[in-house]
Amino acid sequence: MRFAPFLSLFAAFLLAALPMPSSIVAFKPDWVALTMIYWTLTAPPAFGLVSALVIGLALDTLTGSLLGQHALGLLLLVYVCGRFRLRLRAFPVVQSTLVVAALLAVNEFLLLWIDGIAGRTVPIGERWPPIASGTLLWLVVWSTFDRGREHAPARL
Amino acid sequence: MGAPGTPSKGLVSGVGSLGVRFLLLAVAACALMVVDHRTSRLQSAREALSFVVYPVQMLVDAPPRAWRWAKTTLAERRELLAENERLKREQLHASAKLQRLDALEAENRRLRELLDSTGRLSDRVLVAEILAVDMDPYRQRFNVNRGAIDGAYVGQALLDANGIVGQIVNVAPMTSEAVLITDADHAVPVIVTRNGLRTIAVGTGDSSRLRLPYLTNSSDIEVGDLLLSSGLGGVFPAGYPVGRVIEVRRRPGQSFADVIAEPAAALDRDREVLLVWTGDKDLPGLTDGDDSAAPEAGIDAGVPAIDSATTDADESEPAQVADIRGAL
Repeated sequence: MRFAPFLSLFAAFLLAALPMPSSIVAFKPDWVALTMIYWTLTAPPAFGLVSALVIGLALDTLTGSLLGQHALGLLLLVYVCGRFRLRLRAFPVVQSTLVVAALLAVNEFLLLWIDGIAGRTVPIGERWPPIASGTLLWLVVWSTFDRGREHAPARL
Repeated sequence: MGAPGTPSKGLVSGVGSLGVRFLLLAVAACALMVVDHRTSRLQSAREALSFVVYPVQMLVDAPPRAWRWAKTTLAERRELLAENERLKREQLHASAKLQRLDALEAENRRLRELLDSTGRLSDRVLVAEILAVDMDPYRQRFNVNRGAIDGAYVGQALLDANGIVGQIVNVAPMTSEAVLITDADHAVPVIVTRNGLRTIAVGTGDSSRLRLPYLTNSSDIEVGDLLLSSGLGGVFPAGYPVGRVIEVRRRPGQSFADVIAEPAAALDRDREVLLVWTGDKDLPGLTDGDDSAAPEAGIDAGVPAIDSATTDADESEPAQVADIRGAL
């Protein structure tokens, strides 16, 4: 159980690197970002800001983006989730899903923006399906694990 | 480490509140990006991080690798015999062509000596396997299983059996990251074999299309024209097929024609590619024994195109190449 965050993060990296058929690759959610959000909300000591930076740099190496690009996005996600953790956990499922959708959109926009500044050509339309799939995934995961969480003693 | 909500832990926890730490780290990330974008000083950091990422890449690549291994191991004897037969036939054809090529090569060398142009060096190649690892889906990048220890270098050209595939943009010790010629940010200088017209083929983001945006409406370009790499720019060796023109649209209102070409290489079907060392780079000690000299006809590795003395050779080249291709 102590290693669950790290194992799931490793799995998220594997999923991020897994080749998918071209028909569904556009809907590939940002696995690493979702995993980081989940563990920041449920088990706060799991990932902090420094580990978000390091994990982001590893993701940058994997995807071949600028060093620091994903790191900045993950830093923002972990910061916002850490800062408003108690409030987000108290939210009902639908509301927390909306917040996560907004966070994913901001993350995606940040990546797109940096690509634009760095002068890399990126099709803008293909940036948004992953947010939809990520939000849907969050809704399923959060509503499934929510029940268990309510009975468990809250780790504050 | 530095967890939000538990300020007693972590590397920079002493610095201040969560917000301050976030700002510091975000500035650090931005600074990293700027340095990475402007310079190549972070190459060693990338190499270090690649050791973290390497197990992920290997694990993801393992099932396809196992599947290929199982397929060859469990293949039926009949299929193997048929394949063997086919390969023998192809080998016969290839060696027959090669005999012609030897003569042409000798002739070419003699003519070049007459023209007093720089001697040509043959290219050395090394087979690399493409890792089945998905990278940024918005750009056409891939990893190959050869890295710095195999002698790969940034800017190295990648070929397959049919033509130019792309070039290496990042080198880690065990793997390298490469970009396809059809990536939206990639361009390759080409020459039209039919008339020697020089232009640039730009990627579109679609692995079956290249764009030739710098041809005017009056340019002599037709559907079916073969595009070879021109060697200008110094990245790609000259004379390898890049693509074939499949669409030319001239619109009277605009000064440039819309020209679309199809890449010669099987960009989305390749499993193996060839790393090419052109003449002026140091060759690695290890070359897998398959240092097959590519057809001499178009290889211009030793001749930098900027040199004015070589322009004659460049002009006369397409005709030779076309002749040879016609003869084969």
